[in-house]
Amino acid sequence: MEKGVKILVRDLNLHFGKNHVLKNVNVTIPEKKITVILGPSGCGKTTLMKTMNRLTDIYPDVKVSGNIFINDEDILNTQQDITILRQKMGLLSQRPYPLPMNIYNNVAYGLRISGRRKKRYLDKRIEHYLTMANLWDEVKDRLKESASRLSIGQQQRLCLARGLAVDPEIILADEPTSALDPISSQAIEEKFVELKKNYTIVLVTHILRQAKRIADHVVFMYLGEVIEQGPADQIFNHPRKRSQNRILKDCSISILHFAFCILQ
Amino acid sequence: MARFRIGRHLRSRIHLVWMVVSLMIILLLPFILGIGLYVKSILLLEEKSLWELLFSSDWRPLSGNFGFLSFAISSLWVTALSLLIAGPICLLTAIHLTHYAKKWVLQIMHPVIDILAGIPSVIFGVWGILVIVPFISRYVAPIFGIETSGYTILTGSIVLAVMIIPFILNIMIDVFKMIPDELKEASLSLGASKWQTIKLVVIRKAFPGIISAFGLGISRAFGETIAVLMVVGNVAKIPTGVFQAGYPLPALIANNYGEMLSIPMYDSALMLAALILFCVVLIFNFLSRILIMRSEKITN
Amino acid sequence: MRKHKYIEEKFFRVLMFFSTTLIVMVLLLIIFSILYKGLPSLSWEMISQTPKGGFYFGKEGGVLNAIIGSLYLSIGATLLAFVIGLPVALFMNVYLVKFKKTVNTIRFFLDLLWGIPSIVYGAFGFTIMIYLGLKTSLLAGIITVTLFIIPIMVRAMDEVLKTVPFGLLETSLSLGSTRSETAYKVFLKQASPGLVTAVLLSFGRAIGDAASVLFTTGYTDHIPTSLTQPTATLPLSIFFQLSSPIEEVQNRAFASAVILTVIILIISILARLYSRKYQKHKINF
Repeated sequence: MEKGVKILVRDLNLHFGKNHVLKNVNVTIPEKKITVILGPSGCGKTTLMKTMNRLTDIYPDVKVSGNIFINDEDILNTQQDITILRQKMGLLSQRPYPLPMNIYNNVAYGLRISGRRKKRYLDKRIEHYLTMANLWDEVKDRLKESASRLSIGQQQRLCLARGLAVDPEIILADEPTSALDPISSQAIEEKFVELKKNYTIVLVTHILRQAKRIADHVVFMYLGEVIEQGPADQIFNHPRKRSQNRILKDCSISILHFAFCILQ
Repeated sequence: MARFRIGRHLRSRIHLVWMVVSLMIILLLPFILGIGLYVKSILLLEEKSLWELLFSSDWRPLSGNFGFLSFAISSLWVTALSLLIAGPICLLTAIHLTHYAKKWVLQIMHPVIDILAGIPSVIFGVWGILVIVPFISRYVAPIFGIETSGYTILTGSIVLAVMIIPFILNIMIDVFKMIPDELKEASLSLGASKWQTIKLVVIRKAFPGIISAFGLGISRAFGETIAVLMVVGNVAKIPTGVFQAGYPLPALIANNYGEMLSIPMYDSALMLAALILFCVVLIFNFLSRILIMRSEKITN
Repeated sequence: MRKHKYIEEKFFRVLMFFSTTLIVMVLLLIIFSILYKGLPSLSWEMISQTPKGGFYFGKEGGVLNAIIGSLYLSIGATLLAFVIGLPVALFMNVYLVKFKKTVNTIRFFLDLLWGIPSIVYGAFGFTIMIYLGLKTSLLAGIITVTLFIIPIMVRAMDEVLKTVPFGLLETSLSLGSTRSETAYKVFLKQASPGLVTAVLLSFGRAIGDAASVLFTTGYTDHIPTSLTQPTATLPLSIFFQLSSPIEEVQNRAFASAVILTVIILIISILARLYSRKYQKHKINF
């Protein structure tokens, strides 16, 4: 794999029953950058992300073919333990799903299942990760409270802390701000920009402005196909010259761009 | 670290194995039940055919005559009559609760149905003896000029009807709730009144569900034992009217288990009765559930 | 024509109201008549003593043997059913999510099992006992009742686990949990209020059923001290003692009926409170 590339998706096809959801997807995701997968709802961007985490394993009638390399390991055809693979990737979903336990144990969960149970160690790590997610000050006095008592914005940050606590290399975020108010959304976005120093971040969104704000690298999807990808600057500001046979696709892109601009 | 991983995954494995084993136990249960009863009853079936046994009313265990006809007919009487009583009440109440009732009525009715469903059958039996038996013998039977102790088919059916009401009602409420509002709105917008909509659209659409609710009610009534046994009189004779005593199959099994080991073939006969019960109930259940699933598929 | 339409609706509404009220009335009548007949004979002696001089003829003593026996039997059966039932319910909702058809088939199967009358389980239990050369005993009763309540428990638990959001499954897996960790650490906790209700429901079934224990547990005046002894149960103490010609013995039956009814009512109310209670980890949508 090339240097600086974290995830490489090659010829990925995914069928969901009779629907061909992902069509020959080839994507390169650079290391320690924010890659935004952009596209209208239903274009397969969430599915692509869940495939990277092998969460597609639990869906009925799903057939996957192709390769996804993460650190040179083809996770779709591997003998390695899937739970260890998944711990390399923290997932932040559209709406927060706090585990049915208190705030402390939510963050401790990932540490405990990978065998770290010493109270002193856990205390320290939990403070560390909650601080990283900008949540420590708000919850330090109520760590024994049920996580579902937090506001939805706090829950999402808790989920971020929980995801970071398993010590991932990659953060997969599926429209993580869609259920949040503008202020919480901004907090999450700022956090991502800060986190990219140490983590590779993949963010799925349908909000063009959000992509423009934080993306280093953009993957543009439409109806299950990757239409364009590259550095954010190039995609948004200096559209490449396109070859003749891509005119049709370009048309659709410009219509999409147009639609997005109106919607925002 | 590596050693720990093994421990963790071994534990997962053990959990998985136990889950699969438990599932197998449950899935094999009906087959084991059926086979167990069949093995016992085969002794009797080798001597006489099932038809002979079912269509003879000669019940003299001591001389080896096991005719099930009077018991089967009693069972049919009691089951049919209880459904006849419970059916209309359930249908009317279900429509009321799903289409007309105010919120506070629902808040009362939910616990009422739950509690009624949870009352043990022996309590229904006691209630039957305390209330329904004297009611029948003192007030109802005299109207028809009949003198009876009150331990009759009708008594059993009334008690049984009360027992299956919560059961049928719950299913029917679900059936009515599944009917899409758009359908009702379409009918209303064509100028039909609310009652006409219910009568012509809702009930017609819910018809398969209603039938299967009755089917499940039948299978429940058919197998009910103690409560019926306590009030139905238990006389081994083909009943000819509702004011006569009856002797349904479950009561037969429950009443005679004490002697069945001392008389040859008696145990075999009772196990055959249990097997018949098992099969009838399974068939009714199966058909009703299939019908419900079909109608769910159509509405979805 | 218009008027006819109106009258018909009116008529049926009255009828509907009547049948709804009838159901409430019948329930009240049942509870009232059981209490009316049983409360006068309910005394401290009744719940603190075993029958003196035989349960069928002795005029003295109470039904402690049946109360304790019933508790032993239904607690034992509920525990056993829980040990087998919970893993199955979790298996269906955590492991088999990918296989919708399989899960639906299992559900169908359980629904069929639910409908099998308890007397059939009783008769089956008896056959097995004879086959193994066992006598009527607490153990035989527990096993029979367990078989009888397992489908009820699994199906009730399944209905609860079905409502756990799919996102929670994804979340738990994405943190690197195995399926069994997801099942026992996340799903179990998330659904615990509903699961408690399911267990209570099954317990109520176990304690109230007479036909399945008729053949298998026998009846005795004594409180059992081991699993191999015959055991008295409340439903059977009602059933047997009611048929006695002696009034004092019959009164013991009516007192037992009150005790059993009260137990069932308490379970019913507990289940209701528990499922309604503020759910600690509820996920809001």
